[in-house]
Amino acid sequence: MGDIQDFWGTPVGWTLITLGEVLLVVVGVLISLAFLLLADRKIWAGVQMRKGPNTVGAFGLLQSFADFIKFLMKEIVIPAGADRTVFLLAPLVSFVLAFIGWAVIPFAPGWVVSNINVGILYLLAMSSLGVYGIIMGGWASNSKYPFLGSLRSAAQMVSYEVSIGFIIVTVILLTGSMNLQTIVEHQSGGFWNWNVLGGGLEKNWPMAFVMVPMMVMFFISALAETNRPPFDLPEAESELVAGYQVEYSSTPYLLFMIGEYSNIVLMCAMISILFFGGWQAPFPTPFLAGWAPILASLFGLVWFAIKIVFWFFMFAMIKAIVPRYRYDQLMRLGWKIFLPTSLVAVAVVAGWRIFTSV
Amino acid sequence: MNAFLLQYLPILVFLAVAVVLGALFIVGAWALAPKHPDPEKISAYECGFNAFEDARMKFDVRFYLVAILFIIFDLEVAFLFPWAVSLMKLPHATGLFAFWSMLGFLGVLTVGFIYEWKKGALEWE
Repeated sequence: MGDIQDFWGTPVGWTLITLGEVLLVVVGVLISLAFLLLADRKIWAGVQMRKGPNTVGAFGLLQSFADFIKFLMKEIVIPAGADRTVFLLAPLVSFVLAFIGWAVIPFAPGWVVSNINVGILYLLAMSSLGVYGIIMGGWASNSKYPFLGSLRSAAQMVSYEVSIGFIIVTVILLTGSMNLQTIVEHQSGGFWNWNVLGGGLEKNWPMAFVMVPMMVMFFISALAETNRPPFDLPEAESELVAGYQVEYSSTPYLLFMIGEYSNIVLMCAMISILFFGGWQAPFPTPFLAGWAPILASLFGLVWFAIKIVFWFFMFAMIKAIVPRYRYDQLMRLGWKIFLPTSLVAVAVVAGWRIFTSV
Repeated sequence: MNAFLLQYLPILVFLAVAVVLGALFIVGAWALAPKHPDPEKISAYECGFNAFEDARMKFDVRFYLVAILFIIFDLEVAFLFPWAVSLMKLPHATGLFAFWSMLGFLGVLTVGFIYEWKKGALEWE
């Protein structure tokens, strides 16, 4: 036993453990994405009174895996005028940036690959970098639709990035930490302590009047940030065909698509962590002290998964029922409404915290 | 210091795993899928027409304006992050000072923002 303990302490053992953790997270996220993608299509179909995918496996449950094999067997078409290196690098960049955000997400008490103390800043940085994959893809294709689509997409992501940043600052003001694990632990003890209702501490409840709108704005900005309907202008199929993805086929296209869905689910996770207590149950859980640590962690994981799936359902419903925005409306909403509102909210929350802390 | 940097090492491992996985996807399709390029297949898509001109054309200057505005406001957010963490950890008098000085900073930027707005930099008709 002592030898084993020593082995896990050595650099080799440590690397093996970390590699195991990382693979667990990556594979877990990929498999969840396969089923969430199917759920997205099923919900969309349900709203339009269609059946959706229903042939592969029971209720079409294996549809995403069949799609994966099909993608793998298709030819990678590289347009004649394209810059080959950048063309193939772009989907890889999108995919990688969408995935490494998961490195700091706390799935359950203590279940996090890298518990860094600037977790939320890291997430913001990674979602900012996501623009690069799209710009590279659009430019490298050397075709007009991808070029226009990527310009639009970059401008849109960049615009909503700003208000997301301000909204995150309001959460940090309530919590006093950028560590995601600390932010979640701060919201323990029932749903009335969640940041969306002012972040607990009893006296903070009037902040609910600021934080509920902030939560809604974060959700809408997340839609714009991930190019989801009603803000899917880069992919507006009636005018730009498919935006920056027009020239892509086979697995490079698949990488773009996985990256997009990974970003969406990451945004769902961020809403859950920042505003809805992450892996905290919505009621006080003193009984957890008597449980085995592994069971307590699984209990947290289940709540976190429920919250993510709920927000993903909201993403899917909005895709199904809301008409697309026009580009000028989109930019007006981002710069003229969300930006000033979140700026004022930062000042209000900061003022409340400082003047009620005497 | 060493322990602090070690926290970031799993992120590097994660990055490596993600890059390898993504590259495997591309290599997989390259190895398994047929490769029969012909001039029509690899021409740029333009609704059935032959491409008129180079696609890397001039674009609207407003995209450039948006990028500049983004830099200003994202820097502002970057300044706000450490301020928001430390605000409640300061003694009350210092905290008040920190609050008012950041409000002054936000005020200056708001003046710039109003100027941009009045100049019409945010208009997309």
